[in-house]
Amino acid sequence: MLSEIKPALIIAWREIRDQFRDWRIIFPIVILTIFFPGLMNFTARQAVEFVQRYGANLVATRFIPFLLMIVGFFPITVSLVIALESFAGETERRSIEPLLSSPLTDEQLYWGKLLASLVPPVMGSYLGIFVYLIGVYRSIGWQVEPLFLLQIVCLTTVQALVMVSGAVVVSTQTTSVRAANLLSSFIVIPMALLIQGESIVMFWGSLNTLWWIILGQIIAAGLLIRAGIAHFNREELLGRELDILNLRKSWLIFRNAFVGEARNVPEWLFKEVARSMRKLLIPIVLSTGLIGVGLWVGFDLADRLQIPAELLNLDKIQDMNAGLVTGLRGMGFISIPTAFQIWLHNLRVVALATLAGIISFGVLGLLVIMLPLAMLGFFAQTATTIGLNQWSFLAAFTLPHGLLEFPAMILTAAMIFRLGATMVTPAKEKSLSAAWLIALADWAKVFLTIIAPLFLLAAFIEVFITPQTIAFFLK
Amino acid sequence: MIVASNLSKEFEGFLAVDQVNLNVRAGEVLGLLGPNGAGKTTTVRMLTSVLRPTRGWAKIAGYDVVKEAAQVRSIVGVLTEQHGLYGRMPAFDYMDFFGQLYRVEKTVRRQRINDLLSQFGLDPADKRRIGEYSKGMRQKLALARALIHDPPVLLLDEPTSAMDPESARLVRDAIHGLRTANRAIIICTHNLSEAEELSDQIAIIRKGRIIIQGAPEELKRIFLGPKEFEVQLGAHLNGNLPALPAQAVLTAQGPNWLRYQSEHPESVNPEILRRLLKLDLPVLSLKEVDRNLEQVYMEAINTPEEALLG
Repeated sequence: MLSEIKPALIIAWREIRDQFRDWRIIFPIVILTIFFPGLMNFTARQAVEFVQRYGANLVATRFIPFLLMIVGFFPITVSLVIALESFAGETERRSIEPLLSSPLTDEQLYWGKLLASLVPPVMGSYLGIFVYLIGVYRSIGWQVEPLFLLQIVCLTTVQALVMVSGAVVVSTQTTSVRAANLLSSFIVIPMALLIQGESIVMFWGSLNTLWWIILGQIIAAGLLIRAGIAHFNREELLGRELDILNLRKSWLIFRNAFVGEARNVPEWLFKEVARSMRKLLIPIVLSTGLIGVGLWVGFDLADRLQIPAELLNLDKIQDMNAGLVTGLRGMGFISIPTAFQIWLHNLRVVALATLAGIISFGVLGLLVIMLPLAMLGFFAQTATTIGLNQWSFLAAFTLPHGLLEFPAMILTAAMIFRLGATMVTPAKEKSLSAAWLIALADWAKVFLTIIAPLFLLAAFIEVFITPQTIAFFLK
Repeated sequence: MIVASNLSKEFEGFLAVDQVNLNVRAGEVLGLLGPNGAGKTTTVRMLTSVLRPTRGWAKIAGYDVVKEAAQVRSIVGVLTEQHGLYGRMPAFDYMDFFGQLYRVEKTVRRQRINDLLSQFGLDPADKRRIGEYSKGMRQKLALARALIHDPPVLLLDEPTSAMDPESARLVRDAIHGLRTANRAIIICTHNLSEAEELSDQIAIIRKGRIIIQGAPEELKRIFLGPKEFEVQLGAHLNGNLPALPAQAVLTAQGPNWLRYQSEHPESVNPEILRRLLKLDLPVLSLKEVDRNLEQVYMEAINTPEEALLG
């Protein structure tokens, strides 16, 4: 085991020593670990004195821990620069080939680079936190809670891990530092949003939420590392000379995967679409489970966040129901344009969920799909408080169109799942982009031939039949 | 030691290496020659398990370059076209780093680093950062790196490029020394005299295909014909040219010299001397005409492929 890890440590140690020979890396780390915590300490003291004048002690109480998080975060931003340079820099300087020709495994090389990018900034970050804590203790006597300190240390470490693992993925897929820097916005923007979210959580004082944020980031880092190793390709690192966006080649890969070997439309439908569907068997099972989870979350939320009983009155609802269909007809709901509007809305949701899935290994996309189910579960469970059966409620409100819409949703989730999984699955003899384009072609096939038509039919049923069943149920 | 069969590599529709066959035994040096972009580096990269062949196979010391890539990499020493050194590292540390990657035991590693740096005249500068090295010194260091694990197979891409004549001689002598140590070596080079001096076999690659392969002398015979001799006379011929033996072919003549080719110089040369003396033509010298690999290379590169295959 140790002999397997040792080469990665050798790589990491060499790189770390090399970094400490480069003043461009040492200088910012020193500034951010010594000078910046001092500045934050000064800021904290001034802020506390200022807000105490107005009795806003709570602001002061929240401000000092917030600055602790910021002090921890700033030095790890250096890790992004180092990680982006890890492979792309070596490729650019042509020093990667002797490494690739050595008996290192892909994993050893990858982990070595990852550790080298991670360790110095994280150490710098810990040092910065230490300097800040000493400073605030000496100036205003503030002492950190051990559990909170642990949270901040964990948070800082996983933030660095997410940034580094993301940046190393970018670095392996580009041939120049310039290209890697340009692509780094894919890391910087989500991280900036994350820090804002964490700041809100910290000012809100919901420190337990931080554990969930830490867990989420550990999962994200795990997926990024998996993606990086899965698509680490010695051949691509050496063979690709320039980062050129070859639209024609991309189109050919997509088209070949989309059309397949079919010679006519029926053959395409029965062979190629069926082949794409076969690839979805496992994702379909998992997506069905996730949709079930969505429903369960809704039930659970309804139990925990109960709507006051006086707001729910079955008699009133039944009175309203008497004119439900007529009312809906009067509003123009029961019409063909509404059906198309619902259909387009569902397609927009599919597009949004797919996009969200693409940038999050499928996770956000699946959440988007789970959300309506959670809402549905919430309403169904809430209905039990006025004596309605939740399953009958679900059947009446969703079953007519749900018979088609649920399978379409499950398929959508399965496709998103597969797109996300493509990013973290080794693509034998294929580049990451080729593997992804093939998965996208499968998505397009299933979307055009099954998902979109199912949603269209479901929309018509939702407009013309479901109101009738609801009225019947509430009667 | 190095065997390749129909080794081919395609990059997005471009055939970089096309059905290359190689067989380099231990103790042999193969010179791989060809114009820029002919496929030399791609071939070397496939032999070092860095690139995966599209078709065909290759084995290094019995290990398959695809299925046993780790073993292949551990027994091959590579001097890459771009030596890619770490400028901020001192030379000794650099060698030590690669020694560790190749899992050379510490005491052996230290000794070997000292020996190699000394062999290539780099020992006085072993603590200096590589960034301060001259081009030639860097090239020597890259070659020393390729030897750190005492590999039984060496693949050297342009081993003496950017070197001054003295350093180039030093490296050539080192390669001579390595050959006697029962290694199989492939040298990719544009320096034809170097290839001729170092190689037991020459392979010329053009557009990804090896168009001709053999010992330098054999290639000369194929492309330039039998050995050629020149006789310098002490008097003018004045049209008094003797009839040459049947096994000799006159290739050129001047007022007081003549050249001929023969497959059997051991019998033809004495006979020609005898006939010249019989005509009272004093012979000043008889020597074999120097023919270098450059002539062979130019012939091979400029001959249409169909003619070569024929």
